[in-house]
Amino acid sequence: MTDNPDRKPASLLRQDARTRARNAAERRFRWYGIGAIAISMIALVVLLATILTDGAGAFRQTYLNIPVTLDAAVLDPKGNRDPAEMAKVLTLTYGKVLDKAVGDAVAREAIQVEGLTEKDIKGLVSREASAQVRNRVLAEPELVGQTVAFDVLTGGRIDGYFKGRVTMESAERDSNTSPRQLQLAQALADRGMIVTRFNWNFLRLADASDQRPEAAGVGAAIVGSFYMMLVVLVLAVPIGIAASIYLEEFAPKNRCTDIIEVNISNLAAVPSIVFGILGLAAFINFAGLPQSAPIVGGLVLTLMTLPRIIIPTRAALKAVPPSIRDAALGVGASKMQSVFHHVLPLATPGILTGMILGLAQALGETAPLLLIGMVAFIRDIPSGLPSGLFDPASALPVQVYNWTQRSDPAFIERASGAIIVLLVFLLCMNVLAIWLRRKFERRW
Amino acid sequence: MPLSWAILATFLLAAAGYIVGRSRAFASAGPDARQLHSRPTYHGASVALTALLPPLAVLAAGSMLRLAGVLTVGAMPVIGILALVAAIAGLGIGVTRIGQGYQARNAVERMVLGLLMLCSLIAIVTTLGIILSLVFETGRFFQLYDWKTFFFGTEWTPRFQGNSQLGIVPLLWGTLYVSAIALLVAVPIGLFAAVYMSEYASRRVRGVVKPAIEVLAGIPTIVYGLFALITVGPLLRDYFAQPLGLGNSGTSVLTAGLVMGIMLIPFVSSLSDDIINAVPQSLRDGALGLGSTPSETVRQVVLPAALPGIVGAVLLAASRAIGETMIVVLGAGAAAQMSLNPLEAMTTITVKIVSQLTGDSDFNSPETLVAFALGLTLFVITLALNVVALIIVRKYREQYE
Repeated sequence: MTDNPDRKPASLLRQDARTRARNAAERRFRWYGIGAIAISMIALVVLLATILTDGAGAFRQTYLNIPVTLDAAVLDPKGNRDPAEMAKVLTLTYGKVLDKAVGDAVAREAIQVEGLTEKDIKGLVSREASAQVRNRVLAEPELVGQTVAFDVLTGGRIDGYFKGRVTMESAERDSNTSPRQLQLAQALADRGMIVTRFNWNFLRLADASDQRPEAAGVGAAIVGSFYMMLVVLVLAVPIGIAASIYLEEFAPKNRCTDIIEVNISNLAAVPSIVFGILGLAAFINFAGLPQSAPIVGGLVLTLMTLPRIIIPTRAALKAVPPSIRDAALGVGASKMQSVFHHVLPLATPGILTGMILGLAQALGETAPLLLIGMVAFIRDIPSGLPSGLFDPASALPVQVYNWTQRSDPAFIERASGAIIVLLVFLLCMNVLAIWLRRKFERRW
Repeated sequence: MPLSWAILATFLLAAAGYIVGRSRAFASAGPDARQLHSRPTYHGASVALTALLPPLAVLAAGSMLRLAGVLTVGAMPVIGILALVAAIAGLGIGVTRIGQGYQARNAVERMVLGLLMLCSLIAIVTTLGIILSLVFETGRFFQLYDWKTFFFGTEWTPRFQGNSQLGIVPLLWGTLYVSAIALLVAVPIGLFAAVYMSEYASRRVRGVVKPAIEVLAGIPTIVYGLFALITVGPLLRDYFAQPLGLGNSGTSVLTAGLVMGIMLIPFVSSLSDDIINAVPQSLRDGALGLGSTPSETVRQVVLPAALPGIVGAVLLAASRAIGETMIVVLGAGAAAQMSLNPLEAMTTITVKIVSQLTGDSDFNSPETLVAFALGLTLFVITLALNVVALIIVRKYREQYE
């Protein structure tokens, strides 16, 4: 071999220029890979961190603790403490009673804030608070005539002030609050009258209107999502498993089966919003089912989830070795018996895992539900089963979307809080799926 | 509700049929149950199925006719009674068939096989339903609106008073722009991550990183949408768009594209991972044996061999990006315009489907029906991408098998 005159003699110990370049390229390439993984990890961490920090506030809520004098002459004009008659007294009247109680409390504590107006004092409590008081009085009519200590919701801006969302500077520009009001709230908090507690109502209550983010909760959305998951579980799982068994174990290899198979893999890749259009056209316009009902949402999600259940189920069936089938057939079982008595039980862990992951996907799906009217404003939690399936309902991801469309920034906190709830549910489902896989997976 | 009563009665009859069938089978066998062709439970099940299936078929047919408008609400009790009659008739036939020689197991297995087949047909019915509903409503749209203006119009200004401009071109532009940015983010990152994990990473690193990337795939798109809306959008606006004077919108093509790219990383990386792993080890060993470095092996041997599969994966990712809804609804904006500036708000097909079909919609106006035409366009585009991708991936798999 003749040496190239341009190249200096190289050895294993001393790299020549070309080897150096190649090694550098090797290192660069390696770093590209590490960089790509680092970027995805950073994205994941930032994504989760922002949602968690934004949403944590939704789980805490400030309350104003004040004594309210429930004047019998105003709240029960007839004086016989009959809840049916007392229900004629409007929430508006309770609002006046409450305003007076707040005003009295501020006067009693002798809080001095320069330029404090009546509007500032009234604005301390949420617009929902009077309804809160009214509900409690109607539930316990004997309270009328007494002075009772109430924990009432504070207004959204006051709540935001204690969570750091509203500051003195932002209050200056805000027509719904003022620095004076915040000073008053701070003074009340110093006296222990405004307290921050864990917000159970966020998980219990339904949505609230634009003006009262502090009263909005995901209760109705959780119920709606639960009903839809129930429909998916009852329909998609048995149908999906039956279809997989047929395709994997019984179907003859012909054109017809081929079409079904291509069809299923294509359906799994159809954009979810197209299923929403299908649901709108087929279930609402054609079949006349009610809008925003969990049954329609459940049916749409069923159609969407079916291929996503069939594909892992078939994989699980395929993973059962043929020797199991042959052994069953060999001792005289029919084909059907070999499948149902032997193959299916052995494939169950895989099927369950696929099923749970399919349900988790359905739980997080938003787009198709928007089209079937689930964006509607839902003030009531759907009733019990089965009639609740036809009541208007919301769903967790749709509730998030709904809240992002509101103008008050307090709803962003609620939306992030709802996402935390959704992610907790998804986490539980995924952990369950992983646990099932780890515990029961069998390698042949 | 007479129908639910009919369903309940049918199930009760079926349950009763199971018990009766079983005991009759025992009775006909005499002292030795081995005289029977099938085990007694099969006899019971055959009676239950013959009692259950005909009324369910009647009910399904009745509901279909009701939905199609052939029957009125008043006819539903008649359907219920018909179903009950069918159930009793089925029960009678089932019970009389039972005897020593009756091949109950074969009958049950035939019926179960039929049910399984029916279930697998639902996928076909779903596809047909999608195509029919899209095509039918799109047809109505094109009766009201000129198709040339729809496909070639460059203006999108729906008005509820009528006289709207409904051109798909600006929406298509927005869709493709967002998807292109998303792919520019997802393909290099996903591909490098997959290469690193399959060629370089130790088992331990892979065991941690792979599930972590898959977590990204399990996060619902609404979460990405909110992330785009409250974090990425304002960030890009405050630190890029405004200082550079390129606009001051919180929603932009770049916002949606970046976030969608993050969403697609696990999709691209897991598909490419499968494909890279399918390249035979002998090819790598050959390259390494000739003295190439691992990165040269990857670039000059593994990737070219895996290229068709990777192209397929990219096409699948593109179809995902085009059909994605929530990220663009929250991140890309609602202004239909054609501009090259990625920091401006633009809109996509899916955003407009959502905005035209939510709220009170009048299903006789072109402004609402256009959503179905958009949906059909979306369906056709994604279907074409998927089919091409599947063909490529399938061909590629056969190459090394």
